[in-house]
Amino acid sequence: MGGGGGGAEEGVEEPSMVRACIVRAGGTNCDGETKVALEEAGAEVELVHFRRVLERGLRGCEVLVIPGGFSFGDRVRAGAILGKELAGRMLSALKDFVEDGGAILGICNGFQVLVEAGLLPGFRWGEVQAALALNDSARFECRWTYLRVENGGKCLFTRGMGRGEVVRMPVAHAEGKFLFPAGREREYLRRLLEKDQLVFRYCDGKGRPAGGRYPLNPNGSFFDIAGICDPTGRIMGMMPHPERAVFGWQLPDWTKGESPPLWGDGRKIFSSLVKELR
Amino acid sequence: MRYLSRVEVRLKPGYLDPEGESTRRALQDLRYRVRRVGVAKVYEIELTASSLQEARKLTEEMCRKLLSNPVKDDYSFEVRKLGR
Repeated sequence: MGGGGGGAEEGVEEPSMVRACIVRAGGTNCDGETKVALEEAGAEVELVHFRRVLERGLRGCEVLVIPGGFSFGDRVRAGAILGKELAGRMLSALKDFVEDGGAILGICNGFQVLVEAGLLPGFRWGEVQAALALNDSARFECRWTYLRVENGGKCLFTRGMGRGEVVRMPVAHAEGKFLFPAGREREYLRRLLEKDQLVFRYCDGKGRPAGGRYPLNPNGSFFDIAGICDPTGRIMGMMPHPERAVFGWQLPDWTKGESPPLWGDGRKIFSSLVKELR
Repeated sequence: MRYLSRVEVRLKPGYLDPEGESTRRALQDLRYRVRRVGVAKVYEIELTASSLQEARKLTEEMCRKLLSNPVKDDYSFEVRKLGR
């Protein structure tokens, strides 16, 4: 952790650069858009293969991003192999990283990785306590979804959004059904809510919960869960892709109406992150 | 010594099995009177161990560490000794 800016001349506020490290593995394919999204928000970004991260650790970066894609070809289960690689070799290093002020973002396959690594929901560090299972439709779902921001301020990544705000981002996954242990869902949900760890739920355009209805809830996720954070609020995982909703021209209705939007909702996640860490 | 572990990983009861459901409907369309289909994944693992007991222990570890997700999956396995 650099902190940066500490050595600035007296009386001069030097905005420090937030450095993000995007982890790649064979099959990762959303690293490019994610890099552009983070750079747009003002971060300095490096793409690094996960084996290099295992070797040299996370020195010199404040944000670790596990992007979307199909790491290890989704073999065994989506996110399982990369999750176990990271947890097996870096579990305590990742804990130090977060305790020292770092942040971890997992998007889509990255969310699957964080769940398989036991970092999310993170009731107990390193213990797998949830799953992202095959969609109820039994197929790959690629569609725009409405999400309601559920977080009350704990999550670092959504502080630029208001609770109850409805945002739009696309999903693209086959294994995105968020599950808690069967029969203990209510108990786990209570823990999630108590610690303000619920971040996004699938909803309709007016912010009413999807209630499991397809395609508003595209995968059958328990409680319409689309994204959660850990108890510190510094680790977030979400199935929808914010990096595919940063610029107005990425939105499906960009050419409709007279004044096309400049920005999409996904941008708020990257700018919240950079603002919070700067 | 070489051993062969045959590991089966399947969804725990209480979860919907979408792949099994699609298969059930397909079989019903073919006029079979099928009530339920569960889909499982099978791994055949050749490994080296000093005894059958150790081979079982290692297989168990593999199941816990990687092959199954403890929240949604059950697993079972059989281990047998291979050739010389």
